[in-house]
Amino acid sequence: MMLRAARALALAAALVIGACSQSWTGADAPLAGAVTVFAGSSLVDAFRRIGDDLTKANPGAQFTFSFGSSSTLATQITNGAPADVFASADDTSMQKIVDAKVVDGAPRAFASNRLEIAVAAGNPKKIGGLADLAREDVVLVLAAPTVPAGGYALAALSKAGVTARPASQEVDARAVLNKIALGEADAGIVYASDVKSAANRVTGVDIPAEHQVIARYPVAVVKDSKNRALAFRFVDYLTSPAGQTVLADFGFSHP
Amino acid sequence: MRSERPPVLFVVLAAVGVAFFVVPLVGLLYRASWETALGDLTSPEALTALRLSFVISLAATALALLLGVPLAWVYARVRFPGRDLVRALTTLPMILPPVVGGVALLFAFGRRGLFGQALDAIGIRLPFTTAGAILAATFVAMPFLVLTVEAGLRSMDRRYEDAARTLGAGRWVVFRRVTLPLIAPSIFAGAVLTWARALGEFGATITFAGNLPGTTQTLPLAVYIALETRPEVAIMLSLVLLATSLGILVAMRDRYLRAF
Repeated sequence: MMLRAARALALAAALVIGACSQSWTGADAPLAGAVTVFAGSSLVDAFRRIGDDLTKANPGAQFTFSFGSSSTLATQITNGAPADVFASADDTSMQKIVDAKVVDGAPRAFASNRLEIAVAAGNPKKIGGLADLAREDVVLVLAAPTVPAGGYALAALSKAGVTARPASQEVDARAVLNKIALGEADAGIVYASDVKSAANRVTGVDIPAEHQVIARYPVAVVKDSKNRALAFRFVDYLTSPAGQTVLADFGFSHP
Repeated sequence: MRSERPPVLFVVLAAVGVAFFVVPLVGLLYRASWETALGDLTSPEALTALRLSFVISLAATALALLLGVPLAWVYARVRFPGRDLVRALTTLPMILPPVVGGVALLFAFGRRGLFGQALDAIGIRLPFTTAGAILAATFVAMPFLVLTVEAGLRSMDRRYEDAARTLGAGRWVVFRRVTLPLIAPSIFAGAVLTWARALGEFGATITFAGNLPGTTQTLPLAVYIALETRPEVAIMLSLVLLATSLGILVAMRDRYLRAF
């Protein structure tokens, strides 16, 4: 009985100290523990690198990622999935978890992403712009209108006044990219970062500024995170110059 | 069946086992918005998916019957080297992750696939078409038919066939007039199971055939897409799938068990 009480006290003390320590997360004290980051699938490569960088700087820290369509991830988090950090590819999905009151603090924008047309490597169909996507001989795939990448693609097409008929509405931008890389589709509209990550398998065709739709990426720490300090450290790193350099390497732009 | 008094432990564990399956269903029913149910189910997107799923699952069942009954007959009646391996190969889709099945279909019948290039040359395209979705559904569902029919063939009394032959009936007549009627219950059970599996198919379809309303977006795909924006529609469509499958399984239970 005594032992259990002592243990409970020790635990309480640890919690208090832990809570205090959060006030000086800004300092470069090495952080330890594990956090789970839920992130839109376009962030796969950049976040894996950032995770590695942070683990190198904080050997006790461990980052686990769960990638998927941002809207699916938001649904999972509002239903209690054990996420510490949520990085979304659009404001709508972030707003879902803000509305569900599961956000710690306010979401912060950490990156943006331009749209690009992805075509088969070497551009055999000679696609020069959005207008070509309506061509009869071009098999076009887009992301479903319900996921961010699909919504942005439709917005860009409508800005350009192009009525395109996709052969398929894929579940996310990565699925679009795969259909092109596998040779089943001739073109799709994805994020610039996606084209960069698949540089040897697909070719990118620019979309001019007047038809561009810029995706903004917000990030937030999820309430009740078991490792608030490390979660905030991850978020801070994203907006730091070092983090921004990594994101730029993977085709993202400043927020 | 002789009913027995069960040990308490078994009753408890069995109850947990039942709860494991029933609680998620109750969760779905609990979340369903019944006031809007009719509107959700008759929305254009739901009707399109329902109609398409019906067509694709029936076509897949027909294709499975056409290829699967002869295949089951060969497995049950012909001894040839490597039969067990071939049977295992054709049963594989039952446990293969359907997404992998879809990718494999792409490598075979896709535009750049092994046979797909030849098909493309003569103007046949399977990915992103309803035909492709039928192919994907058949791929994952046909093993149910083959296994059920093979079991039926193995358990039937072959003396009827012998009798017919001694009376002068040819092979085709024996098959059509004796074998087929005898294994009809197995064929029926296999076809219904195949249909149910085809109806629920998701992974191979979205990977191989893509997702386009009216062309390849079957019920499960529509559920997945709607889950993010209109969960109430997704839940209603799921309940349709559930009720259909439940009805089938309840109706089939005796036939299904007899076949194996």
